[in-house]
Amino acid sequence: MSIDLKTIKHISKLSRISVDEQKAEKLAGDLNSIFKFIEKLNELNTDKVEPLTSVAETTLKFRSDEVKNQNIREQIIKNSPEDNEDFFVVPKVVE
Amino acid sequence: MPKDSSEYLIERYDNVYEVVIGLEVHAQVTSNSKLFSSSSTKFGAEPNTQVSLVDAAFPGMLPVINEYCVKQAIKTGIGLRAQINKRSVFDRKNYFYADLPQGYQISQFKYPIVGEGTVVLDMPNGQKEVGIERLHLEQDAGKSIHDMDPQNTLVDLNRSGVALMEIVSKPDLRTPDEVSAYIKKLRSIMRYLGTCDGNMQEGSLRADVNVSVRLKDSKELGTRCEIKNVNSIKFMQMAIDYEANRQVDLIEEGKSIDQETRLFDTKKNETRSMRSKEDAHDYRYFPDPDLLPLEVTDEFIEQLKADIPELPDDKKKRFIDEFKVSAYEATILVSDIETAKYFEEVVAKMGKNRDMKLAVNWITGELFAVLNNKNLEISESPISAKNLAKLINLIKNGTISGKIGKTIFELMLDGDKDPQVIVEEKGLKQESDPKALEALIDKIINDNREKAIEYKNGKEKLFGFFVGQAMKISGGKANPQLINEILKKKL
Amino acid sequence: MSDITSQSLTSIVKNIKEKKLSSEDVTKAFVERSEKSKELNSYISEDFSNAIDKAKKFDEKPNLDLKLPGIPMAVKDLFCTKDIRTTAGSKILENFVPTYESTVTQNIWNEGAILLGKLNCDEFAMGSSNETSFYGNVQNPIDKGLVPGGSSGGSAAAVSGQLTPITIGTDTGGSIRQPASFTGTVGLKPTYGSCSRYGIVAFASSLDQAGPMAQNVEDCALLQEVISSYDNKDSTSIDFKRDQYSKDLTKNIKGKKIGIPKEYRVEGMPKEIEELWQKGIAYAKDCGAEIVDISLPHTSYALPTYYIVAPAEASSNLARYDGVKYGFRAKGENLIDMYEKTRSEGFGAEVQRRIMIGTYVLSSGYYDAYYLKAQKVRKLIKNDFDEVYKKIDAILTPSTPSSAFKIGEKKDDPVSMYLNDIFTVPVNLAGLPAISIPAGHDASGYPLGLQIIGKAFKEQEILNLAYAMEDKINFKNKISDWWIK
Repeated sequence: MSIDLKTIKHISKLSRISVDEQKAEKLAGDLNSIFKFIEKLNELNTDKVEPLTSVAETTLKFRSDEVKNQNIREQIIKNSPEDNEDFFVVPKVVE
Repeated sequence: MPKDSSEYLIERYDNVYEVVIGLEVHAQVTSNSKLFSSSSTKFGAEPNTQVSLVDAAFPGMLPVINEYCVKQAIKTGIGLRAQINKRSVFDRKNYFYADLPQGYQISQFKYPIVGEGTVVLDMPNGQKEVGIERLHLEQDAGKSIHDMDPQNTLVDLNRSGVALMEIVSKPDLRTPDEVSAYIKKLRSIMRYLGTCDGNMQEGSLRADVNVSVRLKDSKELGTRCEIKNVNSIKFMQMAIDYEANRQVDLIEEGKSIDQETRLFDTKKNETRSMRSKEDAHDYRYFPDPDLLPLEVTDEFIEQLKADIPELPDDKKKRFIDEFKVSAYEATILVSDIETAKYFEEVVAKMGKNRDMKLAVNWITGELFAVLNNKNLEISESPISAKNLAKLINLIKNGTISGKIGKTIFELMLDGDKDPQVIVEEKGLKQESDPKALEALIDKIINDNREKAIEYKNGKEKLFGFFVGQAMKISGGKANPQLINEILKKKL
Repeated sequence: MSDITSQSLTSIVKNIKEKKLSSEDVTKAFVERSEKSKELNSYISEDFSNAIDKAKKFDEKPNLDLKLPGIPMAVKDLFCTKDIRTTAGSKILENFVPTYESTVTQNIWNEGAILLGKLNCDEFAMGSSNETSFYGNVQNPIDKGLVPGGSSGGSAAAVSGQLTPITIGTDTGGSIRQPASFTGTVGLKPTYGSCSRYGIVAFASSLDQAGPMAQNVEDCALLQEVISSYDNKDSTSIDFKRDQYSKDLTKNIKGKKIGIPKEYRVEGMPKEIEELWQKGIAYAKDCGAEIVDISLPHTSYALPTYYIVAPAEASSNLARYDGVKYGFRAKGENLIDMYEKTRSEGFGAEVQRRIMIGTYVLSSGYYDAYYLKAQKVRKLIKNDFDEVYKKIDAILTPSTPSSAFKIGEKKDDPVSMYLNDIFTVPVNLAGLPAISIPAGHDASGYPLGLQIIGKAFKEQEILNLAYAMEDKINFKNKISDWWIK
């Protein structure tokens, strides 16, 4: 199972991280050695095994349908890079 | 489109195509707070004023599930006669977009809370069963506003995290009319249950429409395209029409259809390809590790079943059996829960001597006309069920004629006036004393001897003239049946 | 004054309660020492003057019933602290100031403690040597040029170097226990679900746990009591009856059955590690425990499993760092360009590597072969523990396959770096509690640790075992203060 440059470019697109040729090559090398090490799992036959869903030994707890949070717009927006008090601002999507 | 809309086929030279439609309906749950956070879900708030730290995906924030939303999903599943899955899992659907603060949407992929079910449609040419594939809970995204700033997109996260029920149908729909009936039926069921208010203008209900075409007798499904986020039935129908024809044209030209996501442009009335979204639709679904599998007990489900009100199909059956209304009338009356409620209240208030026919006609005729005209819901009706029942009773027991009834109806619109009071104030009681009417008619005939002779000699149309005169002179209060009888006797 | 900083937490608390020391005395002592210790690079953010103000305020009206009365404490920069910059060791959160507090740190402040500052760590907790932090490497107080371990490297160095009496770290694959081992300190990773994850910058949600890092077991037990709580803001938090860990601490471990897993004897393991392990076994026997040979057959698959599951969850957890709502944003021509530049410039190499691995193992066509497979193997690993725990109470293993290595030694070899976690990772996969205590030194004089793994929710058990063994081992950390200016 070898990871080529095309795959690196595809994954980088999916994860929204840009790569240039040099970076892509290094990544391919790193990932290949990591995956060689991960391949060890193929030694095991897991056909009859159920996947683990969680180690938390409890059930999903419910919350009641109460509105708790007030308007905290100032708090929410204060960390954003742009200067707008009402909205988050991002460069336009290319349609 | 062919005249008989129970069939919807597209013909090109020798080839006849049928259209296969599946719908993914997104219905907003009627909860006060969001699916995984305690922010308000109220419509129309100022931007970003209903956003919590969890909704905005701040570091270290975690989801906690709203019990009410789980209940509404199960209730809706019961209304869809579907299998309720006691164990379901929340998965992350990973993609990047400005209105998706987490970079993933919490949804259900492999193990949804509700499985297969059925919805029955009342179509003009009979009933049609539409299969439900599944129903699952998921978060809604925020809103991206592209037209307020030329360089930038503005993002409002108020809607981010609101609970949606996604209802996926099987590809059983074939015509735009069926699509309309399906949406209306789903909406009706959810309004009966109180799980979604079905308000399409406010975005509580929208659909992704999957359209494919195939030669009429083919068993294989064609490549489908998904038209996203259509928020009115009319647009759905137009989108289907455009898209189906587009696909047929491509096939006829020997081209293949790309499986893709499209948008319906409401200005140009056409669908077009969406280019900017995630190319390969690789959402990398995996179970959300911040949430455990959702488990509900039999007791939990039974408790919800016990609280289910009478649903449209059952109510329709009862209206036919108990009230003896026709199937057609029953369908109209149960289509919306508020209409059904109104009707039942009128029936109850009419009391022992109730007249079903009058009730049905007044509601579906006069009242609906007024509501349509003034763009009101029946729950906002200017005339209460109580007073409409009174009016109907006045007609039924002969106190007033149907025609006068219409006049009184108009007067009742202003402030829901009591019809009895109007009758008395305006002296609109019907004149039903035979002696008085005979005297009246004698006078009319006397004053119109020539016309009376003409009538007797065969000009039958003149009967209307005499009726008209009687009505005019009596100020509309003469009992029309008696007038007719007496005139027939005297002429 | 330097007397104060060499005291244990328990001792300082006692002195404050007995009014032999004031909070101001203690806080000033740790501030002074911290200020002289810049070379360790333990701190990312300092809040020293505020801390002294708070200490003075505490002294005006001291509440001596609290468990950490007026105790100054620095914490790992992965815990969101209200109004105090929280970076997760990353450039992408360089100027991020939370308006909220994590549950674990709130628990600490509620018991009277005072924040000194935020401690350095590997970026987004991804690393085993604190060499991936945007804010520079951390020096191990044991010797110059030595890594302190990671990802809680700044925390371990701060405790070991006595810049804070105690601290909290987080552990996803060994990030508390491994640096504890490298710095001659005690580190506890509680049972998954014991401490709330609310307000902790998430790395791998099904593995992350906060835990105490201390100079001794008694201190560790006290802090665990404070931080462990049920939190309904965290759906994976577990509502179980928590013991009074420090109050019930005992050295009496007679009759406890301790398992020795043969699979932890890995090929090429340094002789010193094996020797340390044997010494530990002897100590345990000395304390009256019974030694049992056990098998955890799927041990060798734990590390590959971890390196699928953790990056997968991380790739999704880190998707929120997109420059839209908070944090660093690079200029982009359009939205996608902005995302790509922001994340390439904002994240370091190791984080980007792990995001790519995670994205890949979840991607279409690979999910079954990697992620699903890993979750199945994880089940087998957990089953191994469940099986042996039918007959024994705890498991004893080395904490790390070596002592601390030199800064830069393993930086270019990710796989070699990952092997640091070989003994610690199975514990996170199974959600169990485990503690590392310093147990000896290697030939270079660098500390080595032993790990005690317990049953779920049995933190008291392993604290007791550790307490008993600590006494027998009588470890002395050789701190020369070489970095003090």
